[in-house]
This record gives sequence, structure tokens and C-alpha cells, in this order.
Amino acid sequence: MQRETLINTVLTLGLLAVPLAAWAMDEPYTITLATKVVIFALAGVGLNLALGLGGLVSLGHAMFFGIGGYAAGILASHAQSYEPIMEWPFLIEGTQSMPVIWVMAIVVSALVALATGALSLRTSGVYFIMITLAFGQMFYYFTISWPAYGGEDGLSIYVRDRFPGLNTLDPLHFFGLCFALLMLGLFIVARISRSGFGLALNAARQNEARVRAVGIEPYRLRLIAFVISGAITGLAGALYADLNRFVSPVMFSWQTSGEIMIFVILGGVARLFGPVAGAALFIILEEVLGGVSDYWHIYLGALLLIVVLFARGGLIGVLAGRNGGGGHD
Amino acid sequence: MSLLRLDHVSAFYGPSQALFDVSLRLDQGEVVALMGRNGMGKTTTIKVICRMLKHRGGAVMLDGKDMARWPSYRAARAGLGLVPEGRRCFPNLSVRENLIAPARPGDWTLRRVFDFFPRLEERAGQMAVSLSGGEQQMLAIGRALMTNPRILILDEATEGLAPVIRNEIWAAIGQLKRDTGLAILVVDKSLRELARVADRGVILERGRSVWGGGFERLDAEKRDRYLGV
Repeated sequence: MQRETLINTVLTLGLLAVPLAAWAMDEPYTITLATKVVIFALAGVGLNLALGLGGLVSLGHAMFFGIGGYAAGILASHAQSYEPIMEWPFLIEGTQSMPVIWVMAIVVSALVALATGALSLRTSGVYFIMITLAFGQMFYYFTISWPAYGGEDGLSIYVRDRFPGLNTLDPLHFFGLCFALLMLGLFIVARISRSGFGLALNAARQNEARVRAVGIEPYRLRLIAFVISGAITGLAGALYADLNRFVSPVMFSWQTSGEIMIFVILGGVARLFGPVAGAALFIILEEVLGGVSDYWHIYLGALLLIVVLFARGGLIGVLAGRNGGGGHD
Repeated sequence: MSLLRLDHVSAFYGPSQALFDVSLRLDQGEVVALMGRNGMGKTTTIKVICRMLKHRGGAVMLDGKDMARWPSYRAARAGLGLVPEGRRCFPNLSVRENLIAPARPGDWTLRRVFDFFPRLEERAGQMAVSLSGGEQQMLAIGRALMTNPRILILDEATEGLAPVIRNEIWAAIGQLKRDTGLAILVVDKSLRELARVADRGVILERGRSVWGGGFERLDAEKRDRYLGV
């Protein structure tokens, strides 16, 4: 077994063991923390596809996280108030069914990623970063000024949405659902990165001109990757809304985009389990250092500096060695 | 009608003119050598053919179709397989991945490329960056073949390689000529090998095609004047 595969297996088992142990010790808060790790990791898995494999430094992924969250929030709030979302030209009602909400979150995030990606991918480098940031902030300010869904105050989901056969109010059941979706997300990204499409995307990151010379159009590759990436992050947003039973414009903010990027960088850019390790480290730091000081982000900043300067492969890179991943330098 | 045809092509890098009047043609199954001393426009001509550089005057035609507005990926999809100067494999991909990434349907499959260059199969899981120069060159040729081209363009394919490896590459080019219907445009400094493999030659001098024909017509005076040999 390769060293990185071993580390990934240990991470997966650890992520499963923590909530099970917490359940045995009747510590529901720890299960909620583990669920938060899993959801953040899923958001990072989405970004890692664009950033790690495609080299697309998107500072607007909170846009998809927020869209997923608001898809869940809007559908659930209408289901709770028994008011349809729209009646004309066709009737759309709210729902509390998680599978329907997830599909909605994925489809809307993917469509927004298609529209924003089609424009932003015509640029590169710092311009791409600024355009994605601008799109994210547009959604942020739009939701702030959208009184129908709570404006700046956000929107509450009074009862957690439902999944057939499970009691989603049970923290362990909800964790299990989120964990299964994270594994599915990781599986999809692993398959993509080994496919011809993923290899071409990786090659386009390494040398765009050379990829064109062998008949591949990088723009189309990147757009497809951006759409899949946005859809995965959107799904994470829907889960996050259900975890907190609350959505607010903060989900769209550039700070949220930055945090998703921090998960990826801390864990290891282009490493399959990088976002999982990064999200786990982030939540542990938040819990441990947050108890010591309100200004724990200073220590996080110092750690990020160390990782960027001395450990480009992130936590997974340090443990598995530099050559293990697909290598985004 | 020629498979590839350049008529009086001129091209610029920014304000400086690099090609003034280049004409050449390449037919199906033919090997043409593009020759000239350093800086005479051989690589620029290849860049124009592969649409990595737009020409400003003249015409570049593939199968009678004007390529003027084509982006480079369209030229590659239409059948131009480039083996660039300096190899330029994707360093962070393995040998197998380098070959799979650009693959398009056709006669050239991973199996056939591995049969053609058995050494690549031995190194299939190895990162391209860790290959020797000769192996990287084989990989660059294999990668171009995986796009199932109609025209293979080799830019200084044997440059900087050990004599033994150089002979292997020339043998591979010879085999491609014998066993496939590929049209090949080859740029190299080794006149002796070019004369052995190519059907015709074209000489560039300061961005102009100044001579073209069979190697039997390339006399000592022209060799000395245009090629310095």
C-alpha cells in the first residue's frame, strides 16, 4: 500500500471513529464537530478539483456554498410555511426532502458555475481571482438586500430536513449521511483525476500551449471542471444549512471562500484527501486555540505561512512525501 | 492537391518579421526535411503550421482548407501531430498519463505506442520528468502519435541526444515512413540522416524558402552556402 493511501485510510477511519466514540460517550457536540469537518471537507473537495487539478485559484467558491445553503433554506422555509415558491407559469412548492434539496443545490450551483465560469475562465491569474471574488461578493450583497429570505439576518430552518429511513435529527444519522456524501465526492474526484479528462486538465495546468498543440481546448476542460467543482461545493452548502438549521449571507462572503481555500492549502493542494485533513486541522485549531484566545486566527495565519513556505504539499504532503500527489507547485 | 501547403507565408514576432516568404508542400506518405542554419525560421515555420503563431501574409492550407483563423487545438485535431523542440512532456504526469491525456481514436493506441517504443512500456508508471533525454523524446513522439495525426512534425527530434539514442530515433522515423501512410515534416541538423529518410528537402535562409527538391540535387555549393556543411 502506498504511503499516501495508508494516510488516507487512517484519516477515513479516524473520521468515522470520532463520532462513534462520541456517541458511545454521549457527547453530541463532538459528533456535530465531526459533521462540520466532513461538510467543510466536501466543500474543499469541490474547490480542490478546480484549484489542485485545474490550477484555477477561485476566490469565489463561497458563492456555490451559499447557493447550496440558500437552496436548502428557501425550499425548507416554503415547506414549513406551506407557501409555494412560485405559482405561475408553473407551481413550485417547498420541500423538506433532503434528496430533492441536494439535487436542487447541485443543479443551481452547476448552472451558476457554468455562467460565471464561462466569463471568468476567459481570464487568468490575478484577473481570474478578482472576477471570481467579484461574483461571490455580488451574491453576498444580493442576499443581504433580499428581505423575502431574511436579508442580513438570514433564514432559519426550524426542523432539519428529512431523509427516507433515517432520523436526521439524530446527530449520528446526520453525520453518516454527510460522511457518505463526502466519500462519494472523493470517489468522483478520484475517478475524474485518473480519467483522460482529468489528465488533460492536469496537463493544461502544467503547459497550456503544449496542450493546445495536441488538440485539447483548455477553456472547455476548465469550464467542465469548474462546473463539477461548483456543484460539489454547492452540495456541501446544502448540508451546512441543515447542520446549523440556518443560512445567512455570510455563507457567500469572501471570508468563507478564503476558509475553503485554507482547508485545501492546509491539507495539501491536489492531494485527494488534502481538504479532509485541512478541514479536520482547521476545526481542531478552532476548538483548541479558540478556547485559549479570541484571536486564534493569528496562530492559524502563522501556520498557513509555515505550510506555504515550507510544506507546499500541506499536511498530507508532509506525511506522505512530496511525490505522492498530482503536484500543484 | 497537397495535404499541407504553405504559399509565400510571412510572420512576425511583435514588430519583428521572422518569415518573409516561405513556401512548401507536403503530400500524403511523404517525408520532407526542413533545413537551414540556426535562426533561419525553421521553428517559426512549424509554429505557423501548428497555429501557435499566426501568419500575416500568404496562405497556410491543410487539405485545401485555409487555416488562417484556426486555433492551435483545431489544427491538432485536424491531424497535425507536433513533436516540439526540447521535448516538453508534461513533467508531473507519468509516461502512461502523458500518452493517455491527448489520446484520440484511431490506429495509434497505447498498446501500439508501447510496441513501437518498448522502453516506454518499461517506464509506464514513471514521472516524465525522471526520464532520460532519449526516453523523453520517445515519449514526445508517442504522445504525438496518440493524437492519431495525418502529419507528424518533428522539430529537432535528435538534438542533444547520445549517438546511440539518436540512431534509435532515426530508425523509428524510418519505420514510421515504411509502415504507415504518415506524412512527416522533419527539422534536423544531421544532413546525412535527413538525406537517408526524407524524400525531399526545403532550405530556409533568413525567413525565405530558397531551395527545394530531391537530395540528389543538393550540390556542395548549396550545402556550403545555405547549411554551412
